[in-house]
Amino acid sequence: MVKFSEDKIKEVEAIIARYPQGKQKSALIPLLHLAQEEFGGWLSAETMDYVASLLSIESIEVYEVATFYSMFNLNPVGKHVLEVCQTGPCMLKGSDDIIGYIKSKLGIGVGETTADGMFTLKTVECLGACGYAPMMQMGMHYKEHLTPAKVDEIIANCYNHK
Amino acid sequence: MARKLLLEKAHVEGIRHFDVYRREGGYAAVEKALKMDPAAIVEEVKKSGLRGRGGAGFATGLKWSFLAKPEGVPRYLVCNADESEPGTFKDRYLMEFIPHLLIEGLIVSSFALGSNRTYIYIRGEYAWIVGILEQAIAEAKQNGFLGKNILGTGFDLEIYVQRGAGAYICGEETALIESLEGKRGNPRIKPPFPAIKGLWDCPTVVNNVETLAAVVPIMNLGGEEYAKIGVGRSTGTKLISACGNINKPGVYEIDMTISVEEFIYSDEYCGGIANGKKLKACIPGGSSVPILPANLLLKTAKGETRYMNYESLSDGGFATGSMMGSGGFIVLDEDQCIVRHTLTLARFYRHESCGQCSPCREGTGWMEKILHKIESGKGAMSDIDLLWDIQRKIEGNTICPLGDAAAWPVAAAIRHFRDEFEWHVNNPSLCLTQNYGLAHYADELSVVA
Ligand SMILES: Cc1cc2nc3c(=O)[nH]c(=O)nc-3n(C[C@H](O)[C@H](O)[C@H](O)COP(=O)(O)O)c2cc1C
Ligand code: SF4
Ligand code: FES
Repeated sequence: MVKFSEDKIKEVEAIIARYPQGKQKSALIPLLHLAQEEFGGWLSAETMDYVASLLSIESIEVYEVATFYSMFNLNPVGKHVLEVCQTGPCMLKGSDDIIGYIKSKLGIGVGETTADGMFTLKTVECLGACGYAPMMQMGMHYKEHLTPAKVDEIIANCYNHK
Repeated sequence: MARKLLLEKAHVEGIRHFDVYRREGGYAAVEKALKMDPAAIVEEVKKSGLRGRGGAGFATGLKWSFLAKPEGVPRYLVCNADESEPGTFKDRYLMEFIPHLLIEGLIVSSFALGSNRTYIYIRGEYAWIVGILEQAIAEAKQNGFLGKNILGTGFDLEIYVQRGAGAYICGEETALIESLEGKRGNPRIKPPFPAIKGLWDCPTVVNNVETLAAVVPIMNLGGEEYAKIGVGRSTGTKLISACGNINKPGVYEIDMTISVEEFIYSDEYCGGIANGKKLKACIPGGSSVPILPANLLLKTAKGETRYMNYESLSDGGFATGSMMGSGGFIVLDEDQCIVRHTLTLARFYRHESCGQCSPCREGTGWMEKILHKIESGKGAMSDIDLLWDIQRKIEGNTICPLGDAAAWPVAAAIRHFRDEFEWHVNNPSLCLTQNYGLAHYADELSVVA
């Protein structure tokens, strides 16, 4: 069953307290981030219903928000999600080659997950790191100035810290 | 060296921490402001000539003076840290390296506007910066600059950081407000403007990170002194994030009197085009503003030097000029294909359209498809005209300016590089094997030292 720990519930309460009385719906996006981190990197219908119950709002209010924002995963993803930026400034610095390299190295296409469940590859639009291109996001952090060698290193590190 | 007002101290060891920031003269603007009448602070900001740094360049003091002040209704200040316009990464730099400058600006601005609860809405991907900002907020609070009865003046203020979740449209101020209310980021129809009815239907001011940080030097120097820096209606300093095919990509604080040529070629800034290539084109103010070929970038249509400021960058209108926009400076070298670059931008806008208005929702999709067709060598001459027609039908026919922002890059690419689109139609087999480079050189340049 989907349920936050006591510590997380305290965090939820602190988030709700950021808004005036009765405006707890504003906590929805922060809570969805929290839920996605806690419950396997994606938002199942059960998770979304749980978040709705925490905020005393309808489930549909959660679904319509979760489907709008690109950071919320509505399907299971690998342990590490590689989100490579492909917008103009990154393209000028070779993001197409980096995407191609990751595809062939991991043997998956964009939107797919490796058979061992370790990696999902996604393409994303500008992440505000254009001066440090090509780049990708991995969880909470950015990996910038990517080269094939750097990609090798990042992937090897993930296996080493399994 | 140009005068720096925002980033001067950004690389002082430990400046992320309150003690060091304070030792370097930080929070003096708060001490000064909290002794003033809020209306007098708004006056100083008006005198400074500060214009919004988020993209539209609207006068900040004037915007503040529109804020409604009905009795008994809370007012809100919201800091726009959504920063998602391709080419733009200046706010990130400021928040990452000198977070207390933003917090200080927010305290002064909140006091001026009468906000007791101020939110920083930051793009969800900047996850690690949330921690940096929350640390700065906690330190300011421990030291009596936030919380109840700040510095014994009776002014209460809390600042909260709210993470978005991946949506460029949430940078548009009414979409941002919707998102902050826990909804989809659908822009609202204006009027009513946020200054009358914004966050939770209360009067609200939304300003960019850099705008609010600039309030600190304005307080310290006084509005009149601040206005003396820069030129004409481009007062103060501006952060430019430079990227693309240059030797030194990064964030630079400029005095708006320097020329575009100096900015690109001088070692103090971009350091010239990378790999010894030539400059082909540039988008000087973030992906939404018109691209310019090298000759029109460095000189206006009248043959005058073009400068890095609001007026000069827009000299010539859209026919031969561009815009300062958000300060996202994207440089393309001679090897780059304009059609392909424009396609990535069209894909971006299609992806980011919220879908409320049909011209934007459908038009952005069509533009991406047609550009894809041309880029992959399957286009016809009539597709170029169709593309032109679609962008015209989007512009001005939508709820929010994203529609225009999607139309302009396509229009400018066709306007200045039509031959390149035609080359793709005429050389279908070469399209996928060879970039269309080597066009639109500027005349030989007198490279500045
Ligand atoms: C599609 C779209 C995206 C925008 N994105 C941003 C943004 O990321 N950051 C920002 O400060 N302003 C952005 N703006 C401008 C805001 O609507 C608003 O004008 C700005 O935050 C006002 O602040 P300023 O006057 O300090 O510039 C965007 C506007 C549009 C139409
Ligand atoms: S112009 Fe586009 S992004 Fe803006 S409201 Fe309309 S559909 Fe949404
Ligand atoms: S274009 Fe890739 S981070 Fe901006």
